[in-house]
Amino acid sequence: MVWKISDETAFDTLGEEVRLTINGIPIRAPQNQSLLVTARANGFEIPTLCYHRDLPSEGQCRLCVVEIGEHPHTQIVNSCTYPTSPGLVVQTHSEKVMQARRIVLELLLARTPKAKLIQELAAAHGVYESRFKTDDPEELCILCGLCVRTCREVVGVSAISMKGRTPDKQVATPFLEKSPACIGCGSCAFICPTNVIPYTEKNGVRTIWGRDFELQACTVCGNYIEPKYQLEHWAKITGDPVETFFVCKDCR
Amino acid sequence: MDLPRLETILSRYEGESWDLIPVLQDIQDSYSYLPKDELQVVSERLNVPLTQIYSVATFFKMFSLIPKGKHQIKVCLGTTCHLKGGGRVVESLSHRLGVEVGYTTKDMQFTLETVGCLGSCAQAPVMMVDDKYYGRSTVDKVPKILKLYK
Repeated sequence: MVWKISDETAFDTLGEEVRLTINGIPIRAPQNQSLLVTARANGFEIPTLCYHRDLPSEGQCRLCVVEIGEHPHTQIVNSCTYPTSPGLVVQTHSEKVMQARRIVLELLLARTPKAKLIQELAAAHGVYESRFKTDDPEELCILCGLCVRTCREVVGVSAISMKGRTPDKQVATPFLEKSPACIGCGSCAFICPTNVIPYTEKNGVRTIWGRDFELQACTVCGNYIEPKYQLEHWAKITGDPVETFFVCKDCR
Repeated sequence: MDLPRLETILSRYEGESWDLIPVLQDIQDSYSYLPKDELQVVSERLNVPLTQIYSVATFFKMFSLIPKGKHQIKVCLGTTCHLKGGGRVVESLSHRLGVEVGYTTKDMQFTLETVGCLGSCAQAPVMMVDDKYYGRSTVDKVPKILKLYK
């Protein structure tokens, strides 16, 4: 069961080539490609936290903001969700943009004061402390939603989602219970930029999201491959017998 | 689980993923909350992951995952009502019912909630019991209003 995000936001239909300007330099790019992808392809670096090229953009972190339009009618938009169009004028590092990014970083720094990634990124933008109140000094989750999207789009099981709304928003399994949909693959922990998802492997058992998964050992070399439950999930998708996956990739 | 009741609700819709919120609203109205087992069935029938349903159910204030009382009391604490003493009405209700805001009385009769604005600022402070508005409510009027529902 794959939950597909609506096509309008996914930009999976690229149009004809259009001309636009980024930081005063004329650029050609396919219509409807996101401004972020276009800018990066042409060497303009835009910082991001919630963007991943293999996942649909959701515009959660607001760090990728750019300024579009011509003075005085300019607008700040998320470059990861804004499509290219003919004649668009884009500024990736204007004073307005940098100010917006600094505020975003200040807010993130107030939320997760101990997250190394945020500290470094903030320092790179000249932000060393935050004016805003910190609720939980131990908080590390920046609510970028990469784990939720990876689980839904890449793994295809959707075992976790956002719960509630700010300021109590958090990533959680349904009803905060052990999720029956989880296959124990650990993709969410892998993608997490601040390493906040608890994940342990001990004596052949992987524990994630409160569930224990028995790890399958390779029938040739004896090293642990993946949770048995995950291999069964693969077998179900491919239609191969589950034993096919009991040999690790090095021994094949 | 009351399957016929749920089937009645589901039969009103075509079973597409975008029917999720109307279905949840109907379940909320009928059951006064969103029971877990019912949500599981909704997930299968609308082909929407349970995670997505949980996200929606926890995002909107109108949905509740725990049973609510027979009557829902909403006290407005929007700007006007706040200035006209909505806070005192809440205090009085909370005291008389013996519950904090957001909770349900032990006899499952009343759930006390506060809301942002009920759209009747001219009659501030406003409170609502189920679908009925009570404008210009005061601490003195609270026992009279509650009596109507006891």
